[in-house]
Amino acid sequence: MNGELIMAWSDWLTLFGHYLLLSLMSVGGAISTTPEMHRLLVEQHQWLTQAQFNESIAIAQAAPGPNVLFVALMGWNVGQNAGSTLAALLGVLATMVGIMLPSTTITYLAAQWGHNNRHLRGVRAFKQGMAPVVIGLLISTGIILGGANHDPATDWPLWTLSIGAGLLIWRTKIHLLWLLAAGALLGWFGLV
Amino acid sequence: MLHCNGDNRGMNHFIAPERGRPASLADLFFSFTWLALQGFGGVLAVIERELVERKRWLTREEFIEEWAVAQIMPGPNVINLSLMIGGRYFGLRGALAALAGMLALPLVIVLLLALTYSHFSGHPGLAGALRGMAAVSAGLIAATGLKLAGALKNHPLPLPWSIFLCLASVLLIACLRWPLFYALLGVGSIGCLLTWRRIGP
Repeated sequence: MNGELIMAWSDWLTLFGHYLLLSLMSVGGAISTTPEMHRLLVEQHQWLTQAQFNESIAIAQAAPGPNVLFVALMGWNVGQNAGSTLAALLGVLATMVGIMLPSTTITYLAAQWGHNNRHLRGVRAFKQGMAPVVIGLLISTGIILGGANHDPATDWPLWTLSIGAGLLIWRTKIHLLWLLAAGALLGWFGLV
Repeated sequence: MLHCNGDNRGMNHFIAPERGRPASLADLFFSFTWLALQGFGGVLAVIERELVERKRWLTREEFIEEWAVAQIMPGPNVINLSLMIGGRYFGLRGALAALAGMLALPLVIVLLLALTYSHFSGHPGLAGALRGMAAVSAGLIAATGLKLAGALKNHPLPLPWSIFLCLASVLLIACLRWPLFYALLGVGSIGCLLTWRRIGP
């Protein structure tokens, strides 16, 4: 982005306030609120370019750690566009504290309440009754990630790698890092 | 504070292996840092591997129960799960230590990657490596689901019912691509209602 972006204090507060609200709506993860973030950052205020928005998500997904860090990268880029590393750090603070504070507070209080009332029939029915669907969700996530943008005809080595890694993890105690390293090497040399 | 939830499946006590717990806040912080660093798109599966299978801080059943709560609450599920596990041992301080472990070092790494992104974004080897790691992660997540499905044997619902609900959610989420919210609400509420009736007053 050429031309420095001017961020007034009221803009920082707007950014922070929006992320506080998005946090409350982020059932299913922060990634489910990206359309809303796009509207605010790219369309409404032009605080980020489309490319910066996409890169923030792509880099966070490639990096180790929770995917929610894409939010920090958005804040970082907003600050960079405003012209300084200090502003970038302020951006990280505003977006990350915003997206984390409400949801973690609610989750913590709900978990404490659930733990203190764990003998109630309703609490037990909820926690145990959700088991089949959350297990199904995990299997589904694996299927969706494994199948994303892959054509079985040409990408069968990737499928084989996914299935092989899955079998090893299911049936053996092998450390995950060995498998990730093997996947990285195979990919680096263009074998998958 | 160990949380005993074997109340309706007392048999478990006989086969329960020795269990662990975090030694300190620092142990929590570094454990969560270490597992966050192994999570390339699949932190949840790493938490299961490290905390259930290796360290035995939680049983499979407890992991599934905590995760159901983490999933249904707003916010990223792995972040919610971490703070719940931290909070279970050391209250608010434990929750903050786990949260900090999960975020601090990965945040630094992701910012460094962003700063150097233009240098590596076009590298074919690196793109391949990321593709390979993503494929491994996909297998890892599905395998974790299959492993946890073993816990359904101890579930209050009869095994065929649990398996049916599990398959129904795979069908809705992975094949029909229903929005997660509706799948959780639909199949989840049936599961909760049936369990409610089975466990009795």
